[in-house]
Amino acid sequence: MDPECSQLLPALCAVLADPRQPVADDTCLEKLLDWFKTITKAGSSLLLLQENPCLVELLCHVLKPQDLSSRVLSFSLRLAGVFAAQEDCFQYLQGELLPRLFGEPGPLGGAAWTAPSVRSGWIQGLRSLAQHPSALHFLADCGAVDTIFSLQGDSSLFVASAAGQLLVHILGLSMQGLAEGHPSLQAGDWPVCAQKIVGHIEESLHSTAVPQITQALNVLTTTFGHCHDPWTQVLWVRLSPLVGSLLEKDPVPAAHSLVDLLLSVARSPGLSSSSCGLWETLAQTLNHLSPTQAGPLALGILKLQDCPQVLRAQAFVILLQPLACVLKATGQDPGPSDVLDSATGDSLTVDALLSSKAACVGLLCRTLAHLELLQPLPQRPCPWPQEPLLGAAVTLLQLCRGSASPASDVGRHLCALLLGCVRVQRAALDFLGTLSQETGPQELVTEVFAVLLEYLRSPDSSPTVLKKAFQATFRWLLSSPKTPGCCDLEPHALLVLRELLPVLQKRLCSPCWEVRDSGLEFLTQMTRHWGGQAGFRHALLASEVPKLTEQLLRDPESYVRASAVTVMGQLSSQGLHVTPVSPEHPGGQQKSLLVELLHILSTDSEGFPRRAVMQVFTQWLRDHHADVAGDTEQFMARVLQVASQDLDWEVRAQGLELALVFLEQTLGQFHSHCPYAVTPPVAAPAGPLAQALQPLCRVRLFEFAFRALFDCDRPVAQKSCDLLLFLRAKTASSSGSLQESRSGPDVASVEAALQRWQAGDQGQPLGDLEPEVVLAVLRSVDLEGLRGALAEGSDHMEKSPQSLLQDMLATVGVLGENEADCY
Amino acid sequence: MKLYCLSGHPTLPCNVLKFKSTTIMLDCGLDMTSTLNFLPLPLVQSPRLSNLPGWSLKDGNAFLDKELKECSGHVFVDSVPEFCLPETELIDLSTVDVILISNYHCMMALPYITEHTGFTGTVYATEPTVQIGRLLMEELVNFIERVPKAQSASLWKNKDIQRLLPSPLKDAVEVSTWRRCYTMQEVNSALSKIQLVGYSQKIELFGAVQVTPLSSGYALGSSNWIIQSHYEKVSYVSGSSLLTTHPQPMDQASLKNSDVLILTGLTQIPTANPDGMVGEFCSNLALTVRNGGNVLVPCYPSGVIYDLLECLYQYIDSAGLSNIPFYFISPVANSSLEFSQIFAEWLCHNKQTKVYLPEPPFPHAELIQTNKLKHYPSLHGDFSSDFRQPCVVFTGHPSLRFGDVVHFMELWGKSSLNTVIFTEPDFSYLEALAPYQPLAMKCIYCPIDTRLNFIQVSKLLKEVQPLHVVCPEQYTQPPPAQSHRMDLMIDCQPPAMSYRRAEVLALPFKRRYEKIEIMPELADALVPMEIKPGISLATVSAVLHTKDNKHILQPPPRPTQPTGGKKRKRASDDIPDCKVLKPLLSGSIPVEQFVQTLEKHGFSDIKVEDTAKGHIVLLQEAETLIQIEEDSTHIICDNDEMLRVRLRDLVLKFLQKF
Repeated sequence: MDPECSQLLPALCAVLADPRQPVADDTCLEKLLDWFKTITKAGSSLLLLQENPCLVELLCHVLKPQDLSSRVLSFSLRLAGVFAAQEDCFQYLQGELLPRLFGEPGPLGGAAWTAPSVRSGWIQGLRSLAQHPSALHFLADCGAVDTIFSLQGDSSLFVASAAGQLLVHILGLSMQGLAEGHPSLQAGDWPVCAQKIVGHIEESLHSTAVPQITQALNVLTTTFGHCHDPWTQVLWVRLSPLVGSLLEKDPVPAAHSLVDLLLSVARSPGLSSSSCGLWETLAQTLNHLSPTQAGPLALGILKLQDCPQVLRAQAFVILLQPLACVLKATGQDPGPSDVLDSATGDSLTVDALLSSKAACVGLLCRTLAHLELLQPLPQRPCPWPQEPLLGAAVTLLQLCRGSASPASDVGRHLCALLLGCVRVQRAALDFLGTLSQETGPQELVTEVFAVLLEYLRSPDSSPTVLKKAFQATFRWLLSSPKTPGCCDLEPHALLVLRELLPVLQKRLCSPCWEVRDSGLEFLTQMTRHWGGQAGFRHALLASEVPKLTEQLLRDPESYVRASAVTVMGQLSSQGLHVTPVSPEHPGGQQKSLLVELLHILSTDSEGFPRRAVMQVFTQWLRDHHADVAGDTEQFMARVLQVASQDLDWEVRAQGLELALVFLEQTLGQFHSHCPYAVTPPVAAPAGPLAQALQPLCRVRLFEFAFRALFDCDRPVAQKSCDLLLFLRAKTASSSGSLQESRSGPDVASVEAALQRWQAGDQGQPLGDLEPEVVLAVLRSVDLEGLRGALAEGSDHMEKSPQSLLQDMLATVGVLGENEADCY
Repeated sequence: MKLYCLSGHPTLPCNVLKFKSTTIMLDCGLDMTSTLNFLPLPLVQSPRLSNLPGWSLKDGNAFLDKELKECSGHVFVDSVPEFCLPETELIDLSTVDVILISNYHCMMALPYITEHTGFTGTVYATEPTVQIGRLLMEELVNFIERVPKAQSASLWKNKDIQRLLPSPLKDAVEVSTWRRCYTMQEVNSALSKIQLVGYSQKIELFGAVQVTPLSSGYALGSSNWIIQSHYEKVSYVSGSSLLTTHPQPMDQASLKNSDVLILTGLTQIPTANPDGMVGEFCSNLALTVRNGGNVLVPCYPSGVIYDLLECLYQYIDSAGLSNIPFYFISPVANSSLEFSQIFAEWLCHNKQTKVYLPEPPFPHAELIQTNKLKHYPSLHGDFSSDFRQPCVVFTGHPSLRFGDVVHFMELWGKSSLNTVIFTEPDFSYLEALAPYQPLAMKCIYCPIDTRLNFIQVSKLLKEVQPLHVVCPEQYTQPPPAQSHRMDLMIDCQPPAMSYRRAEVLALPFKRRYEKIEIMPELADALVPMEIKPGISLATVSAVLHTKDNKHILQPPPRPTQPTGGKKRKRASDDIPDCKVLKPLLSGSIPVEQFVQTLEKHGFSDIKVEDTAKGHIVLLQEAETLIQIEEDSTHIICDNDEMLRVRLRDLVLKFLQKF
């Protein structure tokens, strides 16, 4: 600890110990504790306490009967724990202080105990303290373990959960000594503390009270999740019959926690699953749990790396059951797959599905989500029943729209339950999208597109459902089989596209802006993928979509305008933005998009469209878009001028991105950095460098970059710094040969202007800069230093422990505010 | 209680309820779908329509070719359109006491009923219903009368000939009863019979029942009706809506505790959600106009159009359609737009509060002010000079058989840039379009029907819990085209009773009580006796006097001296014979005291046995048995009347007489 802090510490301890002083907020105490943790990690706690006796005084002081705030008490308990984590310090404190802090005489019995923060501090203090064997004896002596047992059922969830974790920690600590060799199955051989905890767990598992069973299961789950020592296997062998006996109860108590435990055990590398009957227990559990509870277990089993094939098959059947029921209820053949066939006809699942709308929707959504998670995994079941799953997803979507016509009573009932259900629609569309990773038989794929089109057309589809329908459609279009050697849409997908475009047209005119926006996003995705393909281009140009999109540049909703800007930029890049050219303005239409985007950039009141315009411009510049390539300098000058005045920092940052592209392109002609260039780069003569920098000066790129260097928004300044450093590196080799120029502002005046800007006075423009002046300024400005300063967090000055202590003292007025004013 | 069902159309009902000596007609809707069988009436001579080929039988017989014309495979009657009236033969309509109207769409048959059946009663309706109903009738008469058609076809209606015609003419029902449209004179006469009522106003009908209109939330002034007597309540629900549109919200609470709930006028498009349809309407409208096309919206001059204009008011600026003119063409366009603004008390709360600002409740006032919406009585005159394209035209009639819409269909039908958007759910759009085929213009079907759907009905029924539900048969099974949709029918317990056209239903409903008043002087004369705490009894001897369905107990006439049979006074003819009444007895017999009394009166050797119901007192000497139970006492003795009377009098001593 540095001397400044040591000096401040006694005053702070006095403030903390004084019940009359208002205590600094929780965050300060947390920061203080973090600081002590760092110190103790680096050095000896004992030494720390000896050097700063005020700390022990504070700990002693909080024990006095007084009206101390629960925060300070909680803090002190945790602080004592942090110190006592080191054994020598523990011995130092053990005599009197620790038993009084954590034992019966402490806050445990007092009024302060009613505050959850004190109970939590007590647990966390013990958690820090329990690091060595002496701590175990201490815990046993002061009867802490029994208190922890009772805290497992605490009314505060944080306390209860921390108590469970502490038990796990103590159990692990007490078993650490036993780690040598194979531990004995005999309980008598285990340390007393461990015996006590395991005994408590056993007792809880025998209990009829569900909360107690849940607590025991949670402790075990954490144990097997965190500790993989050989003794855990002994523990499982000992407890598994008890866990198994839970399955005999109807309904199975604490099913959710039980599933967590079994999966935790199965995942534990410390256990050899085959030897301890785990697979049998898992199989048994799958059979006993209700369809709703069994889903997560089945998913967990299927995610396991090594697991018997029979169990996996059983789990998959359980997972698929709800969908199999749906297929069966709607009179569809679940297909040739054995898996789905064996999954049908489970009356429990049917009952669960039909019991209520909430149950039905919940079960189906969970099933779909589970399967969606499973689909991309390498260990997913093989063969994957793609065909029936596709059928099920399509059927569910039809049921939700009322367009399926089930023949059975169950099917009709399902239809009534699911009709118009947005949750199932969303889940099924997501799942359908996931299934596009693989294809299916052509007639089924046709059905998929049919149902997707049905959703896209339906006036009743909610905006979120529509968005998902658009996404799923795109994914299916992507996955449709391609003709080898050609990446255009295949004929069937083209047919779909022809039906899709009128729908898209209508959606672009929707009164609901979310719908217009997702329509535009969909169009962006499609154009990005197939914009160069003849089939797509032909279909798109034959439709009204490009024209409607252009009109959306003037949409009242800023998000829609932003999306429209992005699409238009892309359509224009791909040459898809062609409107009939009027005889007076040949080629005038193309120009007008640039003008229109510039208009948006300079006048739009919202940030999103302006940001989108900057992105489009950057892309256009990169792609050498015809409009930009025509007169790049004028374009750059105009855009940079508008962007520099923008109030949105992202627009300014994007302006620097644009400047960087321009810079690279301009200097690229001068310095070829292309690794595949035929001729190796040669040192450039002086003249061409000045010439190369001339365009940059003409578009006033440097003024823009220099101003950005002192931007009040850090990312902009950082970006500008990077850009100038890049430029300096590029020009370093040839900088010596430049001549100072006479005209324009000289280096000194530029430097003076920069200083003014840094001080916050942004008013004065620089005027026309000469390349030589720019290079000189580049060399004189401490760009590295600036970058370093910007890289530091904005609060790096305020982060030091000293400032923390000062702040805390300042809030209570111990450090007189007037001190600074004394002169 | 009986229900005579005169219309088979579930949303255009016409039923007659006989309830407690009153005969009440519930609505008189006019089924106009019959007009779909006729050729459109063009405002301007249409060469296409006049050159349609005549229809001839398969054998080439062309005797019907003057009456029937063929267009794109469909056959139409070339005559003045006719309407299918409610059943007039099922019940003598001159006996109808009152007609209750629930909304302006359900009164279109009124002139046929009030002017041609001998009806002499009163019609009850709210003011907006009457005013807007008048507009609808005026428009209808105007549409048909301004294009006089010389020809009136009747040959095809001959049953033997009708059988030979192609569908749907072959299957048209009761064509012989179809009638041409009424005249304005008949309309005025019919409307003069209407008495205006306000929501929750109680109207006494002959003292027998009370009828009350309640807000139904569907249209301006639309109502449901409560018909109740002192002990019975019938609710008539017709055309109600729970959506927040312009009218006052529906009053559900007052429908509670009904014995019978007659449920008609649910949405005709249960699968279409009005919100989605409005979105669809706006999208298609914008799409067409942006591509330079015109939009035609066939509609009624009142109702959904107000909501559509309000949506467009919010939408046009955001969709960049501010420069597109909106035209509303109807002989009653001006009145409809103006009327809507003055019925503030019938509007939803939001719109009511606007009136106090003061602002017009509907934003179409602003659309008119800013010249975005223009209205014209007809396409002749000012409209033709103002007309600019592309534009949006709202005009009638939604059947596409008469009105200005016919002209626009002919004018715009040839271009695929134009779109016709159907928003009124009353007519099948495919049938409406049939005489215009082949048609290049785009057709969009966005039916907007805000009336109750089946989910809302099931919630409503759960809340108001009527004992019995009566509804058109169409509501008791899923629609034929979607037979699996079990959700598209009324599901209630006990199952709803269904009716169809020309059916008479006996409602499952028994009258048990009747309220009777007691004259004050008679009430004064009563001497109540308290037999249990809180319960007093008194005997009443009185004459029951019934007049105008009111029952009154009057004091009985003084008993006249019995005179000889021949010399009876005439006055006593009216007075019913008053028998001397035996007093009524009450009280219980305390057995011990009774036995003591018996002993006092010389009976000895008395034995008392307890039975399940009371006691048996045995007089062994006299071989007599007195059986005392809670509600009866029997004296059983052998042929000794003297003894029985003695014992009886002893028993009576313990009882109170009154």
